[in-house]
Amino acid sequence: MNITVCIKQVPGTSEVEIDEKTGVMKRDGIDSKMNPYDLYAIETAVRLKEDKNAKVSVITMGPPQAEAVIKEAYMMGADHGCLLTDRKFAGADVLATAYSLSQGITQMGEYDLIICGKMTTDGDTAQVGPEIAEYLNIPHVSNVRKIHEINERSIVVEMNMAESVEIQEVLLPCLITVEKDICQPRLPSFKLKMKTSDRAIPRITFNDLADKNVMHYGLNGSPTQVLKIFPPPANTTNEKWEGDSDKLSKKLADKLHELKYV
Amino acid sequence: MAKIVVHQNKIEDREAVIKVCPFNALEFEENDELILNAACKMCKICIRRFPEIFEWVEDVAPTVNKDEWRGVTVYIDHIEGDIHPVSFELIGKARKMANKIDHPVQCLIMGNNITKIAEQVLHYGADEVFVYDKPQLHDFRIEPYAAVFEDYINKNKPSIVLVGGTTVGRSLAPRVAARFRTGLTADCTILDIQDNTDLDQIRPAYGGNIMAHIHTPNHRPQFATVRYKIFDAPMRTEEKSGKLTFCDIADEKLKSKITVIEIKKKEKVKSIEDADVIVVAGRAFKKEEDLSMIYELADELGAMVATTRPLIEAGWMDARLQIGLSGRTVKPKLIIACGVSGAIQFVAGMNNSDMIIAINEDPKAQIFNVAHYAIVGDIYEILPALTTQIKEMKKVK
Ligand SMILES: Cc1cc2nc3c(=O)[nH]c(=O)nc-3n(C[C@H](O)[C@H](O)[C@H](O)COP(=O)(O)OP(=O)(O)OC[C@H]3O[C@@H](n4cnc5c(N)ncnc54)[C@H](O)[C@@H]3O)c2cc1C
Ligand SMILES: Nc1ncnc2c1ncn2[C@@H]1O[C@H](COP(=O)(O)O)[C@@H](O)[C@H]1O
Repeated sequence: MNITVCIKQVPGTSEVEIDEKTGVMKRDGIDSKMNPYDLYAIETAVRLKEDKNAKVSVITMGPPQAEAVIKEAYMMGADHGCLLTDRKFAGADVLATAYSLSQGITQMGEYDLIICGKMTTDGDTAQVGPEIAEYLNIPHVSNVRKIHEINERSIVVEMNMAESVEIQEVLLPCLITVEKDICQPRLPSFKLKMKTSDRAIPRITFNDLADKNVMHYGLNGSPTQVLKIFPPPANTTNEKWEGDSDKLSKKLADKLHELKYV
Repeated sequence: MAKIVVHQNKIEDREAVIKVCPFNALEFEENDELILNAACKMCKICIRRFPEIFEWVEDVAPTVNKDEWRGVTVYIDHIEGDIHPVSFELIGKARKMANKIDHPVQCLIMGNNITKIAEQVLHYGADEVFVYDKPQLHDFRIEPYAAVFEDYINKNKPSIVLVGGTTVGRSLAPRVAARFRTGLTADCTILDIQDNTDLDQIRPAYGGNIMAHIHTPNHRPQFATVRYKIFDAPMRTEEKSGKLTFCDIADEKLKSKITVIEIKKKEKVKSIEDADVIVVAGRAFKKEEDLSMIYELADELGAMVATTRPLIEAGWMDARLQIGLSGRTVKPKLIIACGVSGAIQFVAGMNNSDMIIAINEDPKAQIFNVAHYAIVGDIYEILPALTTQIKEMKKVK
């Protein structure tokens, strides 16, 4: 069984700020890390590998330094990795990202199951997974919180909904996006780090893809355009109360009474 | 289509130029040429900072005839006879936008035996409700649902499609948007419409630290998802307005590789999204036992208790009680944040509340920036005293 996991490198902190006047983003340093949700996707795959003897491949689309997340996936037990990178992919929105990934995944070879994280902490859309599935023309299930069973033919999963869970049997190949509840990711292993330190990270570029229409990639293939980014608006009305705790609590009780909550 | 052109000869301070990109997308190639790599998000910050080096060049865009696409469509999400309230909130928003451009508000509902449910929608001001009623649509399965959506769009050509950010909505909307090779903006918090029917979509990114204003200028339909409790639902009217239109679709389009084995109800807990009054315990609570202070206050106010992420991580409360970006978005009439610092990830999940009261001993706490009443003080003193006061007041009455 072949499992492909989609992983992404994201900024190490979400503490980015924007300077209101210049519109320039302030960031501390350049550290980046694996999208935390993708750790669950890798862990899910590696457990299936241990259980069912599957082969686990990971793919990431990003700049050359995104190699780091593939190395990390190797340290967690992934067998094979691939970096999808090209200047032509610059400026990709969800649609172009999902399309490039679907092309890259096809290029990597056979797959029975594709696993994505639930969402990323930077893009934060949770849309890339379902869109990849659409382009690969395979069924998908989002928000999977448990895998009951998998065999050559199908997988049985629990889809998490607000008030219920829907248990679905899906024929392979298919794509799932997994929630945090599904498992506890292992830490990267030092042994595997040593073992995989010189394992190659093949690159796939635009020229390797089957569809060579530049209009389908990067900014050209992105129907959405960012007009502007700006800091969130600060809120207005504000009354500050200071002083002795007893007085404050009395004042608050009166206020709650006035507002008819008491 | 557009691109960013780099005028190599205008580059002076190489370091400074590279640093301007928050996404590390600028790099020098071996031949010293400055390029934008795959990390580029087209945020245009480089253009703003170094207009002489970076230039935005607009090629001829593939034009879509925007006049051919009419209507603001809302996908009606329902489960076992109940319409998800986010659907009504979206109808309210759709109505406002549709009026500005003189388009109709359409709703799309699919399922099995759903005429009664569909009629409900007519009390909220839609012009036309399109109903696909088929046994194959009994449970949510992605391929038949996407096929119906596709059929609907092909036949009705709406300009805008709004979908609630529920599990189903977040699975279905991207699938259909990709099928039409069009844009989808997730979790919009502000939506508006231009005269030319372009949708202004504003959403938080980077954990709510920045807002992005997004357009889909050359594609139709324009897809957006919106979370529950972002917009206000219109009042239900006694009379119905608009009409139901029943639609058919060929059985072979509804084939699926998915079999639904079982639907299990989760134990029904009232969710914080539905609460009118919420009291929030933050990390100022030093021990799990101290939470009794918040539970007692909540009892007196008939409020629900919610919390911040550190307390969830400590295992003190159920994860469903977490407010914020990685938790729930709430919009109660009153929220009292006790010992909460007001990190942006938390605030993003509650700053639309009608009335915000915050208690924090740090006069500079960020939560005070969004609070209507900022109370500087120690929760260990104020909360018990407050609860006692309220009890007293009730006795007097
Ligand atoms: C990607 C990402 C997503 C996140 N999502 C969420 C999310 O969804 N929800 C969420 O809550 N957090 C989220 N966080 C975490 C968030 O950044 C903050 O760490 C968290 O909200 C802080 O919780 P807190 O305010 O309870 O604790 P703290 O930040 O520790 O604040 C405690 C506050 O209590 C005050 N205090 C202490 N003692 C007393 C006292 N005796 N009386 C009165 N005041 C007192 C202090 O002055 C302080 O302001 C996320 C973080 C990241 C990176
Ligand atoms: N650039 C990328 N490379 C590989 N996988 C990605 C990329 N972007 C998104 N994904 C996958 O899609 C999931 C959802 O991402 P998003 O839609 O950005 O929230 C992530 O958890 C990843 O599994």
